[in-house]
Formats: sequence, C-alpha cells, structure tokens
Amino acid sequence: MIKVYVSSVIDASADNVWQRIRDFNALPLWHPAIADSRIENNEPPDRVGCIRHFHTRDGGLIRERLLGLSDYDFNCSYEILESPMGVAEYVATIKLTPITDGNRCFAEWSAEFECAEGRERELTDTIGNGVFQGGFDALKRHFGRR
Amino acid sequence: MLQKVVRSTVIDAPIERVWAVLRDFNSHDQWHGVVDTSRIEGNERSDQVGCIRSFSLKDGNRIREQLLTLDDREHKSTYCIVEATVPLQRYVATVTLKPVTDGNRTFWHWESSFATPPGQERELREMVATGVYEAGFDHLRRYLAQGGDLRAPGSAPMPTALPVASRRAVLHHYGGPEVLLAEDGQAAPPGEGEVRIRQRAIGVNYIDIYLRKGWIPSMLPIPGTPGMEAAGTVIDVGSGVTGLMAGDRVAYLGPVPGAYCSVRSVPAAWVVRLPPGVEEDTAAALLLKGLTADMLLRDLGRVDRGTRVLLHAAAGGVGLLVAAWARRLGATVVGTVSSEDKARVARAHGCQHVIVTRDYRFADAVQRAVGGADLIIDGLGDAAGAENFAALAPCGHWVSLGQASGALHAISPDLLVQKSATFSRPVIFAYLAAPGQLAQRTQRLWAALDDGSIVKPTVERYTLDAAGQAHARLESRQSVGPLILVA
Repeated sequence: MIKVYVSSVIDASADNVWQRIRDFNALPLWHPAIADSRIENNEPPDRVGCIRHFHTRDGGLIRERLLGLSDYDFNCSYEILESPMGVAEYVATIKLTPITDGNRCFAEWSAEFECAEGRERELTDTIGNGVFQGGFDALKRHFGRR
Repeated sequence: MLQKVVRSTVIDAPIERVWAVLRDFNSHDQWHGVVDTSRIEGNERSDQVGCIRSFSLKDGNRIREQLLTLDDREHKSTYCIVEATVPLQRYVATVTLKPVTDGNRTFWHWESSFATPPGQERELREMVATGVYEAGFDHLRRYLAQGGDLRAPGSAPMPTALPVASRRAVLHHYGGPEVLLAEDGQAAPPGEGEVRIRQRAIGVNYIDIYLRKGWIPSMLPIPGTPGMEAAGTVIDVGSGVTGLMAGDRVAYLGPVPGAYCSVRSVPAAWVVRLPPGVEEDTAAALLLKGLTADMLLRDLGRVDRGTRVLLHAAAGGVGLLVAAWARRLGATVVGTVSSEDKARVARAHGCQHVIVTRDYRFADAVQRAVGGADLIIDGLGDAAGAENFAALAPCGHWVSLGQASGALHAISPDLLVQKSATFSRPVIFAYLAAPGQLAQRTQRLWAALDDGSIVKPTVERYTLDAAGQAHARLESRQSVGPLILVA
C-alpha cells in the first residue's frame, strides 16, 4: 500500500474553507487542475455514495465515489472508481482542523493506493505535489496571504 | 458534566524537533514557564508509559500526573492527573503533533476533558486553556527559538543580538587568486527578516572567480567578499522571520555575494532547511550547481528522451550533475573535457560520447557522433563561439552559462536564423525570485539525490584561509567535481 500525506495551513477559518470544499461536485470551482464535474444520476453532491464524474484539464476522465462526509469533523473521504492514473484501491481523505490561535486552519489530504511496481515515486509526486499541494496552493491563494 | 478544552497552534520547527521535547514527560520544567520543578517518581525513565511526574507550579500548587500513552509514530502523548492541589477532577489530556508538510512546520493540538466543583467550570476551563495550553505554546516557541533544546542542561542561553566573530576572505583589489586574503571580522546580529548562520561549508563557483577578477564590479565592489552559497546552522533569527529558528540545519543561495566567511546574516527568503539525509558539505557543493542543472534541464532545455545535449566542462561541478540527470531523463549526452582522466569521470557520470579537447575544437566530432546538438550548455565563452554554433542542430538551443575563455562577442540575430536557433543567457537567481520557487526546486534536487538521478559528489575541501588556492585549483581545470571551503 502506498501512502501519500500532504498538509498545510490556510489563513481562513475551518468553517470558511469547508464551505468551499465540502461540495463533492465543486472541484472545478476551487482546484485548478479540474476542468468540469457532474454528479451521476442527478444525486445531491452530499449524499454519501454519490459518484462525481469529472475531467482534469489535460482531458483525463475520473470517477470517484463519496465514502464519508462529516460536517462535524470537517472531513470527506472518497475512492477512485475509474481514472487514467493506474492506481487501484485508491482511498483519499481531506480534512480540516481549526487552529485556535488565529483565524486559520490545518488542512490534511492523504491517500492510500496500490500501483504497478516502479511507478510509486512518480504517482506519489503527481498525487502529493500535483493534486494535493496544488489544491492547497489554490486555497491559500483564494484565502489571501501566502 | 465533563468540561472540554481544545487549543491548537503551529510551531515553526520540524515535527522531529518539537516531538523530541514533548515526548519527554519530564521536560516541562525546562520549557513551560508555569512549572517550577519536576521529577519522575521511582527513578523511572521519562518515556516509560505509566511513569508519574511530580511537579510544583510557580504559584505553589503541586500536581502528580501519570503518562498513559506515548506514541512516536502518531506523535501523541496522553496523561492524567493522579493527585493535585487544584480542583481538576478526572483530568485526561492529549498532546498530538502533526507535520505541516507544506513548509516543514508542526501543528500542535492539545486537548483535555475534566470535571470541576460546581460553579468553577468557567474559571478552570480558562485556567487550563490560557494559563497552561496557550502559555505553553508561547513558552515552547521561545524555548526552541533560543535553542534551549540543543544545549546541555544547566548551561546558559546563547547570547543573542550581539555581533559574533567571523573569519572571512576579502578582496581589496581585483586580480588573481592571491588577492583573496583571510581576515577577522564580525557578523552583525540578524536584521528584520534575516537569519544569522554559523557556516560549515561554502560552495566555490566559477562566478566567484569572475567577481574576483573584477568582471562584474557592480555585483562585488571592493573591498568585498565573494561567495553565493553556504550551509550551516542557524544561530539566531531577526524579527519577522517565520519558519526558521536557532539550531536549524540550513543552506542558502543568494544573488548578493559574501558567503566566504564563518558567520553571516542573510535574508530568510534565501534559506532552506536541510533534510536529515543531506550533509552540509553536500548541500554547499550542490545547491547552486544542482539548481542550475534543474533550470537547464527543465526550464530551458526541456530535456526528454532522445534530446541530444552537448555539455562543455562535462567533468566540472555543474557538468557532472547535468550529465547524470540528463541521462536519467533519457537524453544522449556528448561531453567535452580537457584530459583523458576527466573523460573517464565524465563517462562514469553518464556521458555517452566524450571529446577530449584543449583547443576548443569539437563541432565536427559532435556532428559525427549525434548529428548536431539540440541543447548546448556552454561555459566556455568566446574562444568556442564559432564551434558551438557549428555543433548546433537545426532549432537547437544554445545556453551560455559561463565565459571561461573570455566574454562572448555579440551574436547577431542573422546568425541565429540560419539554424532557427535560440540563444539564452540565464541567471539562476531570476528563476528563484518568485515565492516558493527556492523550496520547490531544492525539494526536486534532494529527491534527485535520493533516487540516484544525481550522485552525491566527491568534494574537494579547502579551508577559508586557503580560498585563493581553491580558486587557483578551479581555474587550473585540474579539479574534478565541486570544491568547497570549510569554516
């Protein structure tokens, strides 16, 4: 099992950041690598079990199922059903924790998956530096100071 | 009704350093200002789960607490009050640390639940939240900033905000290697946004020689000290600096010379923390050269499978890095060197074709070997100008990185059009200027070192007092691999 873990500090309350990311269908609104998204079968995007169907800016199709959503713990986990990345059993979690000193929050994004031998480093880099850190960088830009 | 208190913060230090203090159940009388004295009962170790710390507070209260959980993987410690003169009942607290990977800092979460006598809920919640947790955050921050975790118990804190003696190599006039003279001087305390570094290893680069010769007087007026990069340990930090503190192992690279010295204050924006596996010598030998290689291969050369690279000084500091890294990216590398010895080194680092030449003739050999170069990395300068152009493939890119044989004459656009060629004269510092660039690029460099794309170099070491000898050695073209000064 390969594990990727990326964490950051965002200069906005966990409530505010959560509002921007909790919608399972909102990736194109906040993540720069995502071009479009829809929820299959017209389900609401906060129904656990719903599937988002989206394209990355380089044209790749990805389908992901919402496994868990907590407005109390500010976390969301999901699995990949279909993607061009060549990963299997991919489960990821994005989570916010308030930081009590200052109006900011601690953001964590982690994933576990299997892949073909020899591709571990490349995938860890794409997912960790590209997808996760890229998303956090976009949130940090959106919420002001770096 | 159980009361619950949660407080959290971010500490500008790597998690290993914060955890080393907090996992010690008996360290709090050293860093937490409200704790007077503390001891572990029964001669047990302070990381023994089940041990009890017995301590007194500065206000006279006495508390005994038991360690219930200690987890080095989760960076978590749970403890409870066994007996206390303060009315906290069923008090259980947990300290959890998590790494902030974006910046190598530490998120610290401290929470507890407890019961109180009726009517005292609010007062005791406040006492725990601000008097213990928030004060503790500030006190640990100050303790780390003063390097309290680094010195032997009982010794005095390091003096700060005082000048510190610094040996440095100074030029009083431009000229040969002999004009570099070592002198005793002082390093001023770090100003706003600066950190002061006790340097251990200083990188020697060709630009230092150009500066010594007086080719770029605007960059290094005399008297002046050359040197663009070094690695060492932070002594103290100026106001407004976040993310760095005393005791951090660091390296830096900056556009203003002055690195040939033992202690120096530099802008924090130039500085990166070193990962545990990277030694100071390696960092000083690699930082400027490695980031230059990264810029050449990624930004300028867009080197890929099949790219034909002509690399001059292929056995030099930058050359060896570029050869190995380009090869790993799938390029075909043709190197030029000045001797058979160097040819062997260049081959061992990934050059498939090596041309030994001391008279700047190589274009025919390049055309025969690979049919022209898509990318030329040129540190030779004027004497090789015509040969470089002749070696260039159609649509090729000629990158002028240095001018060892003298300043290049102007290149006319009409010449470039003959081969639809591109000519660049890049400066690494321009590629590092945007926020985050230095951190991102160094991370890539350490990863390349880690995965074997580049090999840890064998460095030649000189003392700071022998900086002139190091220059003479580099200029003699006899050296193989990078040179550093040790301070």
